[in-house]
Amino acid sequence: MAYYRSTILVSMDPVCIEKGAVQVKEQLIEELKLHKLLDEVEILDSPRIGNPESEGPDILVYPEGSHYIALTPESVRTIVVEHFVKGRELAQYEAKMRDLTDEEVREPKEKEIRVILENIGKIDPRNIEDYIAVDGYQALAKVLTEMTPEDVIQTMLDSKLRGRGGAGFPTGLKWKFAHQAQGNPKYMVCNADEGDPGAFMNRKVLEGDPHSVIEGMTIGAFAVGSNQGYVYCRAEYPIAVSTLNIAIAQAKEYGLLGENIMGSGFSFDLEVRMGAGAFVCGEETALIASIEGSRGEPRVRPPFPATKGLWGKPTNINNVETYANVPKIIHNGLDWYTSMGSEKSKGTKTFALAGDVSHTGLIEVPFGMTLREIIYDIGGGIKDGKAYKAVQTGGPMGGCLPAQFLDLEVDYETLGAAGSIMGSGGMIVMDEHTCMVDIARFFMEFTQEESCGKCVPCRVGTRRILEILERICAGEGVPDDIPMLHNLCSEIIQDSLCGLGQGAPNPVVSTLKHFLDEYEAHIYEKRCPAKVCRNLIKFSISEENCTGCTVCARNCPVSAISGERKLLHVIDQDLCIRCGICQQVCNFDAVEVN
Amino acid sequence: MPTINSIQDLKRLREEAQKIKDMRDQTGKTQVVVGMGTVGIAAGARETLKAILAFIEEQQLPDIILRQTGNFGISGQDPVVKVIVPNQEEVIYGKINPDLARKIMQNHVVDGNVLVEYVIEE
Repeated sequence: MAYYRSTILVSMDPVCIEKGAVQVKEQLIEELKLHKLLDEVEILDSPRIGNPESEGPDILVYPEGSHYIALTPESVRTIVVEHFVKGRELAQYEAKMRDLTDEEVREPKEKEIRVILENIGKIDPRNIEDYIAVDGYQALAKVLTEMTPEDVIQTMLDSKLRGRGGAGFPTGLKWKFAHQAQGNPKYMVCNADEGDPGAFMNRKVLEGDPHSVIEGMTIGAFAVGSNQGYVYCRAEYPIAVSTLNIAIAQAKEYGLLGENIMGSGFSFDLEVRMGAGAFVCGEETALIASIEGSRGEPRVRPPFPATKGLWGKPTNINNVETYANVPKIIHNGLDWYTSMGSEKSKGTKTFALAGDVSHTGLIEVPFGMTLREIIYDIGGGIKDGKAYKAVQTGGPMGGCLPAQFLDLEVDYETLGAAGSIMGSGGMIVMDEHTCMVDIARFFMEFTQEESCGKCVPCRVGTRRILEILERICAGEGVPDDIPMLHNLCSEIIQDSLCGLGQGAPNPVVSTLKHFLDEYEAHIYEKRCPAKVCRNLIKFSISEENCTGCTVCARNCPVSAISGERKLLHVIDQDLCIRCGICQQVCNFDAVEVN
Repeated sequence: MPTINSIQDLKRLREEAQKIKDMRDQTGKTQVVVGMGTVGIAAGARETLKAILAFIEEQQLPDIILRQTGNFGISGQDPVVKVIVPNQEEVIYGKINPDLARKIMQNHVVDGNVLVEYVIEE
């Protein structure tokens, strides 16, 4: 094989061709010939490199990795003379280097296993050939040439893959129901309406490895017998939507999506549908209504979407992460997949670590890892060396788990038994300075706001819970509030139409169970043990530490602090609005909270 | 754009794509850099570069990155060749003609022995 010291990739994107990519290539050959460099430098056609609209025609030069953009005959001539003859990279024609550090997904920690996140940041999501280079679409090829739909479903059943949207329903079983359902056409839907605050694993997969989702959906479509699919993605994820659209267009161009995929006779088309960011649209029946163009409200199940879904036809709905697992299972085999995870839940799960933990961001671990390992070994423990108080798993509808659950081996069953949920994999870690009543109030505020209002328990019940919690935090709680909360929670859980209402009271139920003492301190002693609720705390200045420097008095927005220079300062409790600024500005730790 | 009509098409495309991807991945590869400023070219850097190129091709050396750069700024020492072996100090050689270039490739890059007598900077 000939050795070339340098390789030029010419972007042959249709837009680049329109802008003269072919002429650029011909000119490059001519100029290199002129300088007798043609046997040293290789020229290859490439799919799109940068953004063809603003940067085409463009080339990428290796080994330097220089990305020359918006080429003209003059710039091509200069580049050949300077770069290839004299070895000088020409900054004036280069695209600005992209920022390569990614704080959302860091380098994997020792205990992590990256399956879903494996390719993120390592392949160019806008270049299908990068995905093909890492064995992309091999699983689809295997399915289309060697397997029957029944084989695929059996493989999914044997893999014990479970829905990563949170409920953990076996994927193979779901596909089997949709496969057996009577009706034509059948639809495939991907739920990319990731609404949990702090969770962004689905966005990251769509932005960083969109083809894994497309391949998984196509395999599912083959198993179910569907020829049309939709990805329902929220409008707040514009980069995910545009990356996915580019990926779909490229897959169609390469014959990996659309009519007669890889010459197999099987056809499957895919479209992106954007949602307007309503939390409830992550619920499958509300999602279907939204795709149909109706108001995003859930309906009673059964009938389940597998029999009557989109436009009344059999429909299979899975989450982004579930689909992304499918090609990996088929390509790497069942033994590989089932070697990871716990007894009932196989494989890995991504989590979004957030809150008072040292290393926040996305992580991926096999099922069965303990919360302690996740928070301390991977997350680096609690920020600033503080003590652990609780972790809330599964988004706003999850429960808060105190320290006694740290050795819980995380999977769908164990979290459920502990009074929380897997959800989409959010994990909010809280330290000792978190008020659990305030946290419950915060999540209730979110779910109350996002309740679609269709059913009474959810619409009215969440509002009533929120009012009680606000009252308790304001120091106006009464002893009857606790039984009232219990009562409201159990009725909302029992009577709500969809998962949103059924899950909404979880933060309240779990904090009432594990942190009842904090509720009682708020109600009976009018005291906030974590010193968070403003109406229940008092700022005062310690005689011992105060140097009389006047900083607090000068910064107080309501002039509640008085005192002479070099003498003790005093806060007027009637004027104080408990903003905490004096505490932040004091250099001598003289401001105390009680 | 290639349209994939069979599993063979996909395999072929994967091999091509892997080749390009490997090329982009420069970690763990030895780099040989030739100074190609005006002075370097006048002193014969092109011949040196060609000799190195020929050596790599003859010996079928995998994973060597041959780069060129502008003037190294070390006057009177052209042609200048820098060898960067991963996890080792960079070595700069001066006044490297095609014969010496081949010697450096054999002794330093292949066998791992620095040719101390031609080193001008370490």
